[in-house]
Amino acid sequence: MNHSLRTPLSRARGLGSAKHGVGHFIQQRATAIFLAVLLPWFALSILLGTDGSYDSVMGWMKHPVNAAGTALLVLTGLFHMRLGMQVVIEDYVTGAVARTVSLLANTAIPAILAVIAILSVAKVFVGA
Amino acid sequence: MAGPQANDKRPLSPHLQVWRWHVTMATSIFHRASGVALYLGAIVLTAWVVALASGPAAYADFMSFLMSPLCLLILFGITAAACYHLANGIRHLAWDAGKGFDPKVSTATGWATIVAGAVGAVLVFALAFLA
Repeated sequence: MNHSLRTPLSRARGLGSAKHGVGHFIQQRATAIFLAVLLPWFALSILLGTDGSYDSVMGWMKHPVNAAGTALLVLTGLFHMRLGMQVVIEDYVTGAVARTVSLLANTAIPAILAVIAILSVAKVFVGA
Repeated sequence: MAGPQANDKRPLSPHLQVWRWHVTMATSIFHRASGVALYLGAIVLTAWVVALASGPAAYADFMSFLMSPLCLLILFGITAAACYHLANGIRHLAWDAGKGFDPKVSTATGWATIVAGAVGAVLVFALAFLA
């Protein structure tokens, strides 16, 4: 027996979806399509185009296509990774504080990795 | 952000403790697990680019660390996770297009993604260390 003065409709409001599910779904798949091209390209290009030594990898990364492709792979991958981990957190991390902290960390970590990786690729490409 | 609350004692889907394991279920769980594992992969990739940007000495130190037995084992796991997640991701995109839902087809493609993960990782390591 519920003794609240609030109507059932009033209590239910605001607890439904945040209305961003479709955007999340489409972004996850759009990034997946680009990654299905970028990741095999990156792996094969590095493995076949370099011998893994500092000089050969530096030479590879100074080529505009390779620098741009690596930057796109990092950005697209981290974006996709954040979306995926967000769903895992929402499914398994219970409790308001733990969930909020996890979701904030899941935004901060990809952002930090993206900035560090892009600056590094840019530094190699420009040759500073 | 509606979801399970901390004081809710009801079992969570997918009820791992009561379900008989089958390949379509396993591939779904592996997809999530490999995605989480690739979080580490993204950190390794970023560290590699930072080492490259930090000069020859830093790059040599990083690569010798990466080539230690334990790191090689982890790297093989990350590579297998990437190959599997890629193959099963394409399977998911086919599903999104409405194709491949037939139980026999989805079971066959499920086994194929597991094989692709293992074979892909072996091929990448063969290209890296034998070629």
